[in-house]
Amino acid sequence: MASLLTKADVERIARLAHLELNDDEQALFARQLARILEYAERLENVDTTGVAVTWYPGAENEPLRPDVPHPSLATGDALANAPAPGPRGLFRVPKVIG
Amino acid sequence: MTERDWTVTELRDAVVSGETTAADICDHFLRRIATVDPHLNAFTAVLADTARARAEDVDRHRDVWRDRPLLGVPIAVKDVICTRGTPTTGASRILAGFCPPYDATVVSRLHDAGAVIVGKTNCDEFAMGSSTEHSAYGPTRNPWANDHTPGGSSGGAAAAVAARLVPVSIASDTGGSIRQPAAFCGIVGLKPTYGRVSRYGLLAFASSLDQIGPMALTVADTAAVFQVIEGKDPCDATSASCGVLDLSTLFPGEADGVRIGVPRTILEGIDDDVRYAFDTALDTLTQRGATVHDIELPHIDYGIPVYYLIAPAEASSNLARYDGVRYGFRATLDTDDTSLQAMYERTREEGFGTEVKRRIMLGTYALSAGYYDAYYVKAQRVRSLIKTDYDRAFQEVDTIAMPTTPTPAFRIGEHLDDPLAMYLGDIFTVSANLTGLPAISVPAGFTASRLPVGLQLMSRPFDEATLFRLADAYEQDAPWWRESPPITT
Repeated sequence: MASLLTKADVERIARLAHLELNDDEQALFARQLARILEYAERLENVDTTGVAVTWYPGAENEPLRPDVPHPSLATGDALANAPAPGPRGLFRVPKVIG
Repeated sequence: MTERDWTVTELRDAVVSGETTAADICDHFLRRIATVDPHLNAFTAVLADTARARAEDVDRHRDVWRDRPLLGVPIAVKDVICTRGTPTTGASRILAGFCPPYDATVVSRLHDAGAVIVGKTNCDEFAMGSSTEHSAYGPTRNPWANDHTPGGSSGGAAAAVAARLVPVSIASDTGGSIRQPAAFCGIVGLKPTYGRVSRYGLLAFASSLDQIGPMALTVADTAAVFQVIEGKDPCDATSASCGVLDLSTLFPGEADGVRIGVPRTILEGIDDDVRYAFDTALDTLTQRGATVHDIELPHIDYGIPVYYLIAPAEASSNLARYDGVRYGFRATLDTDDTSLQAMYERTREEGFGTEVKRRIMLGTYALSAGYYDAYYVKAQRVRSLIKTDYDRAFQEVDTIAMPTTPTPAFRIGEHLDDPLAMYLGDIFTVSANLTGLPAISVPAGFTASRLPVGLQLMSRPFDEATLFRLADAYEQDAPWWRESPPITT
């Protein structure tokens, strides 16, 4: 399935993952990911007809809690670690709209 | 304070009785860290000032706090667990300088129990690795052999306990990251049942696999800390309600009548010394009245491919939050392209190390259009089959035993160029995470070249009590923890 990963494949995945890989990394990952995925293809040998998926182990999860408002992180605390805090409780990022 | 191996209970009792002070204990361990850690690199941050202040606070409140179970006990916390106001980086450049605005639930509980947090421990970046070589702070060294890795990802946590720099570490285990370094360093490490310990404040790696647990010299110490950190937490929706562990019923542990299952077929091809130590450990338990039964786990060999599809897939999603906007590192753009997209991509390229990028790429691929069903969903189905194997086995036995790792610690650099070879070493540990089952690694002796070997025991969900009882019974006849690595002398 994935035994051959092209440079274009790696560039496409890197773009999806928001990673700007250099040429060396692209070549390295093309080779290594192909080998790992080739190993993973042994799962094709397992008959999983009618087998359910296990997204999470254990069944006791209670994802809903009572909808009661409670204090959360103060704005100052939330901004304290920002590499470029902006004014008025905002994060500063490069211009998005031209 | 005398130079000897102090257990958690001894330290606490010495504080409560006034035999010594929390401040003296704290200074003792801080001195050991200052002397020994330059040879190990187990710590990413030593919190000497806050630890001393905290220890003095404990001493001032000694009479009021005398019932607190970890009063004055120094503890190290893996650098993937948030500590308010002190650096928490996940050993990653992308979180350089990050000081969390809140404590992880386990950290709050340790504080409430009277513990003194003395530092943050080194690990593979975002807990991705089996050697602690993938750290922005450089590798940690194994106290038993300086040119060997301590395992990973919690290598700093394990090395710190083994070298007697702290009596206890708190770490995380996503595919063996507590148990494998515990085995490589000759200490005890517990991966609790999925949901038994809150993950609130843990830098998320793979949310269906991550679990926080303790590492210590003895089984009883491990249990004492586990008892403090376990339990339902409203801040973690996956944490579970379960009965509270009653330590007084556990120790001294007994093996009499315990049925131990051994999956014989998976032992083929493992290191001879590891095999010998494992067989000897089974003999010890048999002599204490346990019975050994052959069991089948037909799908366990698929654990590695299942794990190395699911964990990177979840990681690629969880690590999307590191984008240079809200915290940590942001790259400087020196090109014509100063767009938001370019900022994201450059920040992540410069901020993440190679192993993290490799796993983000692998996970993104496994989740991408056209491959999602073939890789990710298929892996989740095989995961169900692995879980069924264990469910079946636990109808016949009370615990399942195997070596924690197929080999002892490997040399620094040995697997760095071959990630698949590194991954294959996780064969005995990943299934506890895939199934959510609790598992403990206890020291089971040494190889001919004096590298520690670990015995792994697994049990039914939320049955950590059986692990503690059996592991303690073994430890009574095989007190390997009393041997100190050469680095400490």
